Amino acid sequence: MGKLFTSNKNANLLLDISGSETYDTEAPVLSIENFSIAYRSIQGDVKATDRVTIDLKRSEVLGLAGESGSGKSTLAYGACRLLRSPAIITDGKVTYRGRRAPREGIEITALAAKQLRQLRWREIAIVFQSAMNALNPVITVGDQLDDAIRAHLPMTTTARNERSEMLLDLVGIPRQRIKSYPHELSGGMRQRVMIAMALAADPEIVIMDEPTTALDVVVQREILTQIIEIKQQLNFAVIFITHDLSLLLELSDRIAIMYGGKLLEVASSKDLQYQTAHPYTEGLLSSFPSLRGPKKTLAGIPGSPPDLRNLPPGCPFFQRCRHAASACRSVSMNLQNISRDFAEPHLSACPFHPGPGADKRWKAPDLVDDAVHLDQPMHASADGETLKKGLML
Amino acid sequence: MSAQLTTGMGSDQSNSINNTAANALKIEAPTGRKSVIKRLISAYRNTPRKFKVGLLIIVFFVLLSVIGPFVRPYNPNSNLTNPNIVNNSPSFSHWLGTDYQGNDVLSEVLVGTGPTLLLGLITGLISTTVAIVIGVLAGYYGGIFDHILSLFTNVFLMIPALPLLIVLEAFLQNNGTYTMALVLSVLGWPWGAKVIRAQTMSLRNQDFVAAAKETGESNFRIMAIEITPRMISLIASGFIYAVLYGITASVGLMFLGFDTTAITLGGMLFNAQNQVAIQSGYIWWYMPPALIVAVFGMGLVLLNYGLDEIGNPRLRDANRYGKLGRKNMRPSDPTPVLALLSNQGEKGFLSKLTSNGFSRRSLETSPKSEG
Amino acid sequence: MKYILQRLGFYIVAAFIAITINFFLPHMMPGNPIEAELVKLSQGGSNVSPKTVCAVAQQTDTYSPHCGLHKVSILSQYWHYLINLVHGNLGYSFSQNETVAHVIASTLPWTLCLVGISTIIAFLVGTLIGIVSAWRRGGSIDGSLPFLSFFQGMPYFILGIFLLYFLTVQWNTGLPDYGGVAAGIQIGWTWAFISSALFHSILPAITLVLANMSGWAVGMRNVMITTVSEEYVLAAQAKGLSNWRVVMTYGARNAIIPNVAGFANAISLAVSGVLIMEIVFSYPGVGNMMYTAVTQDDYFLLTGLFLCISLAVLVANFIADGVYALLDPRIRKRAANS
Ligand SMILES: Nc1ncnc2c1ncn2[C@@H]1O[C@H](COP(=O)(O)OP(=O)(O)OP(=O)(O)O)[C@@H](O)[C@H]1O
Ligand code: SF4
Ligand SMILES: [Mg+2]
Repeated sequence: MGKLFTSNKNANLLLDISGSETYDTEAPVLSIENFSIAYRSIQGDVKATDRVTIDLKRSEVLGLAGESGSGKSTLAYGACRLLRSPAIITDGKVTYRGRRAPREGIEITALAAKQLRQLRWREIAIVFQSAMNALNPVITVGDQLDDAIRAHLPMTTTARNERSEMLLDLVGIPRQRIKSYPHELSGGMRQRVMIAMALAADPEIVIMDEPTTALDVVVQREILTQIIEIKQQLNFAVIFITHDLSLLLELSDRIAIMYGGKLLEVASSKDLQYQTAHPYTEGLLSSFPSLRGPKKTLAGIPGSPPDLRNLPPGCPFFQRCRHAASACRSVSMNLQNISRDFAEPHLSACPFHPGPGADKRWKAPDLVDDAVHLDQPMHASADGETLKKGLML
Repeated sequence: MSAQLTTGMGSDQSNSINNTAANALKIEAPTGRKSVIKRLISAYRNTPRKFKVGLLIIVFFVLLSVIGPFVRPYNPNSNLTNPNIVNNSPSFSHWLGTDYQGNDVLSEVLVGTGPTLLLGLITGLISTTVAIVIGVLAGYYGGIFDHILSLFTNVFLMIPALPLLIVLEAFLQNNGTYTMALVLSVLGWPWGAKVIRAQTMSLRNQDFVAAAKETGESNFRIMAIEITPRMISLIASGFIYAVLYGITASVGLMFLGFDTTAITLGGMLFNAQNQVAIQSGYIWWYMPPALIVAVFGMGLVLLNYGLDEIGNPRLRDANRYGKLGRKNMRPSDPTPVLALLSNQGEKGFLSKLTSNGFSRRSLETSPKSEG
Repeated sequence: MKYILQRLGFYIVAAFIAITINFFLPHMMPGNPIEAELVKLSQGGSNVSPKTVCAVAQQTDTYSPHCGLHKVSILSQYWHYLINLVHGNLGYSFSQNETVAHVIASTLPWTLCLVGISTIIAFLVGTLIGIVSAWRRGGSIDGSLPFLSFFQGMPYFILGIFLLYFLTVQWNTGLPDYGGVAAGIQIGWTWAFISSALFHSILPAITLVLANMSGWAVGMRNVMITTVSEEYVLAAQAKGLSNWRVVMTYGARNAIIPNVAGFANAISLAVSGVLIMEIVFSYPGVGNMMYTAVTQDDYFLLTGLFLCISLAVLVANFIADGVYALLDPRIRKRAANS
């Protein structure tokens, strides 16, 4: 598909940034630190996000991949504090450092409801998983676009209309569709409307929660291409959530792999693909042999995700890991940098990783196994006396 | 955490992953093997309060109506117009006073509750049965058959029942309780039928129906054994409303003077209205039957709200998890941050959370990374 | 538009069914109203002239040897009945000694105004309560909803009795407890009449509002709680819209649709209840007139009133359908597809 717009025209969509001198261009635009979220329930609390630490850099595309139920949406919505009642943030903080934010950043986890309303959409917008459900069925697309603009930008009615139409142009939807109701649009169109809506207030970050999963492959492709193009022009950072690792490999600068509420591996797309550090990532990669084929189940990883109410200590992937050994029951799940290049860290939660460039075989130590030796500085900080002994041989 | 770990480690020592997995299972075992009493208690706790209160009210009045005729202090039908005991206010000998004919109101109430509730019950049974038959047939077969049946259902839904009942009753002329129940049922089924039809239509297209057809089950069997039992909560709620309708409508008709030969609550109200009891201040006379009808109706309504809550997990969770500590959460509230909450100096906040179904363990801050 | 036409078709069929029931039902029943009236007349229990009775018999094709009328086949009776209906000819009320159309014209407005206004008030207030209690669940309004079910579970007339007792006997508020307008005031568009009629309708109206409100409130609350957990409401919050806008445009705007759809059932129930309640307050509406018709065996009046009430409810439902279509853009499409 060709370009649907000239970059000149889109310049109008970028808003004037006043006070842009104050912000630190090097600092990550969003820092999530030690972030934990639990859902209360009678049967026990679901720890859907467990001590997650990750940064989103300015205008990068950060992929977030993992099986269904691994807590991807929980992490993303939790960072905007959008989760409802049974959810509670039990630990950690989220700091936003956008162009319009003060230098020290805004701590989202400390904001009151009113301040949060100002921050939402203006700074962090979301493209929801299913556009059908995320669009109000009884008011027109135009009204919903206008809603978002009016809430954040002081504009006259004509200016807002003009902006709404420009947004539709941007995603390639005919202007007269502005009067349509969501059910009158095709699935692809609805998703485009969602994307247009996300850009309504020129946000700094756009969270895309599986924006194309419900669509067929051709439309999926078109929309992804469009997202990339728009991103390059409007220059926002993206958190892209999906099951589809192969898609992320093409799309994102960095990728975080999530499992059982925890991050298992964080690396640049290239490193993740060619220097895979975590057995789970390995499994994910082997489950998607074709790049854009039909969605498949995780054929490479037998078994199902763990019950988040009752996670046993140690590695959450233990039950399904091909390389598991008894020591894995007691490892610490902290991410460790296994890259020698400090500018581009490669984090992994599996302490038994052979290291970049080494033979691609994992060997986790049995506790009594003398043969264990790791050719790495010890990044496995294991709990428990016995394990320490075992590792420090 | 470390304590847990060391015990876990002990078994790890004897390695073998299977062993560990088995241990992991063992830890969970106690939650799965609850004693009967504990399960009853938790079932009781998980039942919505509306349901319990409603049930309590209903059981109370049903018992009252069953025992009533045996414990009534006087013959409620003596019709002795002794001027000394006519329209007496409550006294020691007549706890609820007497009516215009000198009958003991308490005895009348004890005897009259039964027929009133029975009428509701019969009406509920008949009209629910009709509703199931029509709803399931229309929903299952579809097509022109469904068109005709749902046209009728919708028309009957809109024609106000009471005037038609009055017309019917006026022409049938006091034929007794069962006739009235029948007449009420003729107009009582459309609401249930409509709901059941819609549900049947969605069930019809599901896999289990196709599977049953494949094994050669007859349509009748599929409807009776596969489909109907799956709508039991819908049917129960329809039944409750039908009973409520039966009681309300029959009391109304009796209040108009239809079928007042037997002693019923509606008949008592009819007499009271005829004797201008309200304006004359004979409160003891019309209040008891009015209150019984009102409270019993409330019991039915509450029971149905409770059923709604049981059937709709979102409603239940809204009630169950709507609170955080002492604070009611609104859907617009940002996700609460535990650190902020405890900073705000809410005393004993953690224990309040725990009492709201939040286990203490998950609230304790997890150990920080070591470096 | 197509949807409205479809519904119109349905209502025409429904009206036709109601008319047919109204004709056939009495004809299936034993007894002959004309002969009964003549008997009454001969006993001096009526002041209708025999000429009138025979005229009515003639007009309604009723078999009556007295008036020299022969049996007519039921189908031609039916046809004649339909033609009479088209001319607004509903028969004659012996007990009121007036045409049924005339009696209806003097009673129906009372009932319609009472039911119409109080149903709308109950719907609005109940819906509002439902919205608030769904949004502030666990709050005091939400907590009091189960208590409102007390008003919902009983027949209107019993609630009327309670209110009558508490508001006029127990605490004498001075509210009128009898009739539709003060004695001696002429019916007409005068301030004296309207104010007196409004004053007299307070007690019945409170009864209706109280009884209906909690049903709407609970219905709205339950739908609203489900709606609030829809993704589009979450999206509206993510957009940083004001709470008011999220609640109203995204939550309530959607949640009200099933409630409006449930109007059909509610309005016919309400009308049924009102008719009896009128008797408690001696309100000069259709219900009271119907009661008179029953006690005096006034056959033509009874069926005529029934017909009018049914048609009025059908019209109310047609209006509700129109509102429904206005509220839900999807319904138009669905209708166009089917
Ligand atoms: N309201 C809730 N109450 C209890 N548990 C919940 C709730 N919402 C989510 N969870 C649980 O939290 C975990 C993470 O859910 P989440 O929606 O974040 O997963 P996800 O990775 O986005 O999955 P998907 O790819 O299917 O969208 C799941 O195990 C889920 O069961
Ligand atoms: S810690 Fe053990 S179980 Fe977990 S991924 Fe590494 S090798 Fe597999
Ligand atoms: Mg998700």
